[in-house]
Amino acid sequence: MSEHELRVSKIRDGTVIDHIPGGQALNVLAILAIDGSGGEEVSIGMNVPSDRLGRKDIVKVEGRELSQDEVDVLSLIAPDATINIVRDYDVVDKHRLERPEEVTGVLTCPNRNCISTDDEPIDSRFAVLPDGVRCEYCETIVRDSIPDLIDAA
Amino acid sequence: MRHDHLVTAKQLTRADVETVLDRAAEIDADPGAFRDRHAGALLGLLFFEPSTRTKMSFEAAIKRLGGDVVDMGSVESSSVKKGESLADTVRVIEGYADALVLRHPRQGAAKMTGEYVDVPLLNAGDGAGHHPTQTLLDLYTIRENAGLDDLTIGIMGDLKYGRTVHSLAHALTNFDAHQHFISPESLQLPRSVRYDLHEAGATVREHTDLEAVLPDLDVLYVTRIQRERFPDENEYHAIAGEYQVDADTLAAARDDLTVMHPLPRVDEIAADVDDTDHATYFEQAHNGVPVRMALLDLLLGDSE
Repeated sequence: MSEHELRVSKIRDGTVIDHIPGGQALNVLAILAIDGSGGEEVSIGMNVPSDRLGRKDIVKVEGRELSQDEVDVLSLIAPDATINIVRDYDVVDKHRLERPEEVTGVLTCPNRNCISTDDEPIDSRFAVLPDGVRCEYCETIVRDSIPDLIDAA
Repeated sequence: MRHDHLVTAKQLTRADVETVLDRAAEIDADPGAFRDRHAGALLGLLFFEPSTRTKMSFEAAIKRLGGDVVDMGSVESSSVKKGESLADTVRVIEGYADALVLRHPRQGAAKMTGEYVDVPLLNAGDGAGHHPTQTLLDLYTIRENAGLDDLTIGIMGDLKYGRTVHSLAHALTNFDAHQHFISPESLQLPRSVRYDLHEAGATVREHTDLEAVLPDLDVLYVTRIQRERFPDENEYHAIAGEYQVDADTLAAARDDLTVMHPLPRVDEIAADVDDTDHATYFEQAHNGVPVRMALLDLLLGDSE
């Protein structure tokens, strides 16, 4: 184990999200709606050296195994991330992300005139395109700056 | 037609369009045969922003079919003013009517409403989004004047925010149409419409001036360049003149060019065009009634 990896301690049970693009760890937590208020023990490594990415972030969530639906959403901002499910310090499952066809309630439409940004009882809904996302209501396409759309609430 | 709601022109297949247009032609040929065909039917009019032509033509259409309207009235006098959500409003009013017509300033409002109501819903314009019933009357007018296949059409003006443009462009992908889009760079087609046209394999060209393409056109569809869209008034005045059509402009056009406009116009088509054989925009507006009668007739179900 290298000195860099030691900066983020091993977890006993939970999920390790590795190979997140450098600087995106907090956005990953926002997508997963993890803000610490639920009592999860969260460790974050940001901009650590990576052979594959140059710099990468790592997020370790103790005591929580993320569902496939949750991790699929991460593909919008971290397409190369790997997910490690850890039980009793051992990685029992390791998989790559798959892009979902749609994400609901995660992103806020940047079109201020979109009905989904109004005070209506609907969740935002975006179709996932090969190179971006598209609002299912107003059809606005976003290719860059998708992390900026993450609903911080 | 197999759709209960008409939210965007993208839903319409060529067969759908032809079904509506053929029915409209039947109505045009013999309006008396359709009188009282939907006696007792009630159409709910939910207009959350001002409209004259669209609202009146829907009202005329249902009344000519023997039905009537229930009208929400102005937003100022409705529960919306009290803060009621659109979702609640439409869920209540669908109980009063056999079909609903929605005009709303927000993009996607019709899409959302369609998720809440069971009666047929017609999108009569949602912000800068779509206006599919306008498109059907546009297509009817084009078919009557120029035919829909092997068509070369120029669509000029505010292409970015023009919902009639977006719907027409989508619908034309069902036909063998060559679409030329003419606008200032700041008002070019939005990314989403370009994406759909590309996906549909449409033949599309974009231009910043009309001159080069005008002689090739069968149809010139003009929309208003909306002054309110420009942050700088001087910028508007600098380009607005470039997108005005008058009788002199049309000297370079083919004799059988059809000039259309969804109306209202301001000064983008000069009054001297009205007296030429090119002017088709008033006929286009009149076509709103038979086309909307046809659409309502199909959505409300045949009574025969």
